[in-house]
Amino acid sequence: MSYFFQLLVSGIVVGSVYALAALGFVLIYKASRVINFAHGHFIAIGAFTAYALSTSLGLSVWIAAVLALAFTAIVGYFTERIFLKPLVGQPIISVIMVTIGLASVFGGLIHMTPYGSGNFSLPGFLPEGGVNFAGISVSYPQLLAVVFTGVFLAAFGWFFQRSTVGIAMRAVADDQMASMSLGVSVEKVFALAWAAAGITAAAAGLIVGAISGLNLEGLVGIGLKVFPVVILGGLDSIPGAVVGGIIIGILENMAAGYLDAYIPGGGTGDVFPFLVLLLVLWFKPHGLFGTEEIERV
Amino acid sequence: MAQLSVENVTLSFGGINALNSVDIVVEPGELVSIIGPNGAGKTSLLNCISGFYHPTHGQITFEGNDLTKASPHTISGYGIARAFQNIELFGGVSVLENLMLARHTYLKYSIGAASVFYGAARRGEVENRRVVEDVIDFMELEPYRKALVGNLPYGVRKRVEVARALSLEPKLLLLDEPMAGMTLEEKEDMVRFILDILAERYTTVILIEHDLGIVMDISDRVYVLDFGMVIATGKPEDVAENPAVIEAYVGGAG
Repeated sequence: MSYFFQLLVSGIVVGSVYALAALGFVLIYKASRVINFAHGHFIAIGAFTAYALSTSLGLSVWIAAVLALAFTAIVGYFTERIFLKPLVGQPIISVIMVTIGLASVFGGLIHMTPYGSGNFSLPGFLPEGGVNFAGISVSYPQLLAVVFTGVFLAAFGWFFQRSTVGIAMRAVADDQMASMSLGVSVEKVFALAWAAAGITAAAAGLIVGAISGLNLEGLVGIGLKVFPVVILGGLDSIPGAVVGGIIIGILENMAAGYLDAYIPGGGTGDVFPFLVLLLVLWFKPHGLFGTEEIERV
Repeated sequence: MAQLSVENVTLSFGGINALNSVDIVVEPGELVSIIGPNGAGKTSLLNCISGFYHPTHGQITFEGNDLTKASPHTISGYGIARAFQNIELFGGVSVLENLMLARHTYLKYSIGAASVFYGAARRGEVENRRVVEDVIDFMELEPYRKALVGNLPYGVRKRVEVARALSLEPKLLLLDEPMAGMTLEEKEDMVRFILDILAERYTTVILIEHDLGIVMDISDRVYVLDFGMVIATGKPEDVAENPAVIEAYVGGAG
């Protein structure tokens, strides 16, 4: 039984990272209906920026982390300004193709730095050790990962609910024409959504760095795991990102923990989330909390 | 001086001119109607005035501001509001929230103040709520204040659309077929609202409408568009007798 709970706890930890990664993805989709295939690269950019600043400039990891969040926000902002703004009003498929292209470009650029291959670990970021409760062990970095994720998600939820910019973002997501006619600058909203997505992506990258170390493939892989998460939770729902993230995290760990032994070669943990994706698309295509478009006839 | 002037405006999509050297002048406090057959360019003209399209040639000015290249959110800041032909409301929230959104540009408080809902935030919210409540009262939407817009009948949603535009406290209101698809009774109500908007809220109105009986009854002046060109303009009674207008509507004699 304690094996089950151990898997459950580590599933929640991984899932909260997925939730945070999915939050940025949902922000962009909510505001602009763009599906961002370069999201995993934003995660990588954030994580490696923090790593580079703390190792080569010798900054404290905390300062490096804050700078990395800011830098990734700027990357997100300019990505929208330079590559996506000219595509406003174009078919959504062109915009998606551009984000796939951006993913390749970002990947190539990261490969040109020393961080393109190999494993790295952020230096002494979070306290060592952990707690042990009835045979289930949780490390402090894992605990803090969950706490950070909670704080980030609450902050963004509140931002959408209460701030004028957040309200403007929701309005644009609902009806662009009407929002513009009411004085909302759609351009500003899009750019802010990308900047905010950059921040949350970098935060997810930092937390991964704190609990399991950094490598490019792993970080970009999280950008792919975001797809089952948001399909399950609902593409345009922030609570959906949280619930979806945690469910996928748990399922992934359970599958790896219980099924790998019976499958030659293992790897069920990586496959399972995508099976969920297929099932959700079959039976509940709008996900758990997604908006169903209701058309009157 | 004219409040709104559209000078020599041409709007091309590829090789097709949706608008062709259109000139329109609107004085403060007027009700000006734009009529014409389907595809004549009426909505394209409104889209140019409200900044959704930018004219290929020509100039549009409103109270000394150049609108020709301005974006929609800038233009709404100058005091031009618009109700859309195909209802563009936020369906998932209440009537009240739809109208409050029109006031969001007037909310000048910081995120910090908003989070505790104190001081400037509270005053701003109360002040804007008062403006919105006036509009709700004016458009007789009291029974629907908290209703989800998506669930309201068509005629009421049309009225909410006009109410939301009014919540911006505009100086010029653009109404794109506010009576399309309405019953006779709903049309009569809408006519009464439009006349009240002119008389009580001192707002200039540009109206696109297909019901010529109503247009001829309530307009100060009428512009007739056909194939993107102004083919007639003047007082309703003059326009109604203009041979070019009759030809556009019922077709030439062979």
